Amino acid sequence: MNYEDMEFFAPGHRACAGCAAPIIVKWALKIAGPKTIVVNATGCLEVFSTPYPHTSWRLPWIHTAFENAAATASGIDAALKAIGKRDDINIIVFGGDGGTSDIGFQSLSGMAERGHNILYIMYDNEAYMNTGIQRSSSTPFGAWTSTTQVGPSKPLGKEEFKKPIADIMAAHRIPYVATANPAFLPDFKAKIQKALSIKGPKFIHTISSCTTGWRHDPSKTIEIMRLATETGIFPLWEIENGDFSKIRITYMPKQRKPVEEYLKPQGRFRHLFNEPEKIKEIQRMVDEWWARFEVKS
Amino acid sequence: MPMMMLRGNESTAYAAKLARVKVIPAYPITPSTLFPEKVSELIANGEMEAEFLPVESEHSALSAAIGAAATGVRAMTATASQGLALMHEVLFIASGMRMPIVMAIGNRALSAPVNIWADQQDTIAERDSGWIQFYAETNQEALDLTLIAFKVAENENVLLPAMMGMDAFVLTHTMEPVNVPDQKDVDEYLGEKKINYPVLDPEKPATFGAFVFPEHYMDIRYSQYIAMEHAKSVIDDAFKEFEKKFGRRYSKVSGFMTDDAEVILVTMGSITGTARETVRKLRERGEKVGLVKITVYRPFPKEELVSITRNAKVVAVVDRNVSPGFGGAIFTELVASYNKEKRKPRILDFIMGLGGRDVKIENYEQVYDIAKKAKRGKFKEINWIDVDEEAVKEVEGSI
Repeated sequence: MNYEDMEFFAPGHRACAGCAAPIIVKWALKIAGPKTIVVNATGCLEVFSTPYPHTSWRLPWIHTAFENAAATASGIDAALKAIGKRDDINIIVFGGDGGTSDIGFQSLSGMAERGHNILYIMYDNEAYMNTGIQRSSSTPFGAWTSTTQVGPSKPLGKEEFKKPIADIMAAHRIPYVATANPAFLPDFKAKIQKALSIKGPKFIHTISSCTTGWRHDPSKTIEIMRLATETGIFPLWEIENGDFSKIRITYMPKQRKPVEEYLKPQGRFRHLFNEPEKIKEIQRMVDEWWARFEVKS
Repeated sequence: MPMMMLRGNESTAYAAKLARVKVIPAYPITPSTLFPEKVSELIANGEMEAEFLPVESEHSALSAAIGAAATGVRAMTATASQGLALMHEVLFIASGMRMPIVMAIGNRALSAPVNIWADQQDTIAERDSGWIQFYAETNQEALDLTLIAFKVAENENVLLPAMMGMDAFVLTHTMEPVNVPDQKDVDEYLGEKKINYPVLDPEKPATFGAFVFPEHYMDIRYSQYIAMEHAKSVIDDAFKEFEKKFGRRYSKVSGFMTDDAEVILVTMGSITGTARETVRKLRERGEKVGLVKITVYRPFPKEELVSITRNAKVVAVVDRNVSPGFGGAIFTELVASYNKEKRKPRILDFIMGLGGRDVKIENYEQVYDIAKKAKRGKFKEINWIDVDEEAVKEVEGSI
């Protein structure tokens, strides 16, 4: 059945203009349909969608805390099993990068290891945006955040690399792991659809621009997220059962654009343009990742 | 009703089975590990139908229990000490979301220094978490109070989670004969879990755990406070109904030789047995001494405690916990309970048995001696029993 003309995430929520999170949620739920229970980790999404007594959720929705969305979902999975209602209800978790890669990683790993029939979607805005743009393990190399300040002694911003959370989830050998980008909507929808058709734990890592934290014009959200993939910085792929040898690239850029095109319109990378060798380093890392997929001409 | 030789942890596992708990997420921790082990065994043997979730932490255990309870099924877990402390955040969420979860606790000391033995600091530290608290004296009580906990927690005027504490090792690991009720009787007592609150159901979507602003938060907290007040009479009713069905009598506080007592000891948990024995011995010597056992600590049985201790000259409270900077928790709350009274007995606090230190008859005799002398003249409010005061003073200096 197709639910694309139905809305399960109601308008009128309090997300910033240009926030990508509602786009992700809206489309994931259109694919999932009405027989879905949603679990939400603490974060922007939870706050802007449920200002009591209002709610944007036209589906059953629960939030308990920051680090335990996967555990809460595990309990729902077990309860549905116990009452014989497991087969026809989807359980989808939405967590930000902090609630997933950092503080929620333990419960996520536990959920994956125990084999719960849950789709976990991480919307990755690459910092703790809800508390005001603090760095997370998912913040990219070279990004300014409010806790990776840029100054004469620290010209780079974040000095560490982004945690490869989707790889780590694939290493759990769960049935399905993918990266997705709402700027590539058909691919995004196909991945949600595929994930929900598979039993067991599934993990989708979606890029999710935050206009406030990334410092770009709210009208540029889709454009910048598209550049993330077109420059090869955020490749789109899927891996089944942890078999890295069979990774499937679902969008192959004909000619990858230079990383500057993605970095330039974002205020969080502005300082890098005083450090051209750092931009070269980012380009080198991206090239290295792609080397095994691109045939040298 | 078969008699079985059960450890405390097995008593609570059988209670879970008899209550037909549907989801049991748990994480091992001494001294409550035998609970998930027994549950796993009962399920493996086909004696129990439930989903057992061997989660990766206590934090996740309680989070999963909330997920299950929010889906409308009976959920239970067990833990102790550090595990309970790790759950701290989630305890408030469970009660704030009004989830009638039941949890068995092996009461154990908190680190540091690390110690696995009996102590009630773990649950006392969570007294403000909005959970109902029961304390067992025996393994029979551990089983019975766990069943009663479900009855109270699920009452539609309450809908609060409940914990049932039993002292580490002394109860959790010690075999005692336990009368295990018939399934039919428990089914009649508890009934099918009534879904008397909204649950996660795609047919009737509802939002749980919304973001609440100052204009509503306080009112929601107030409703939680009222629910705990309701629990007072609901617990009394649950005790009465239990007695009618199973013949065993419970009350929030129970007295032993208190009628003419000039000195009354107040205890909670497994150390009550030794106190009762001491009172018996002292009575033989003609001492006017009695004992009050606390079975329900949250909601605090204010009126009951005042009414049973008001005619004594001295009340000697035994606290197996301490709040540095004041004293023991039961002492503090008993003193506060006398706020509206014109006259009150002298109330003394005795910190005893921390970290599994044995509480013996001679210790209680010492308590009695101090309490008796306190009838008149000066007295010391907070008394530590059976500690090496000299050795500690050498390091820390005197007060």
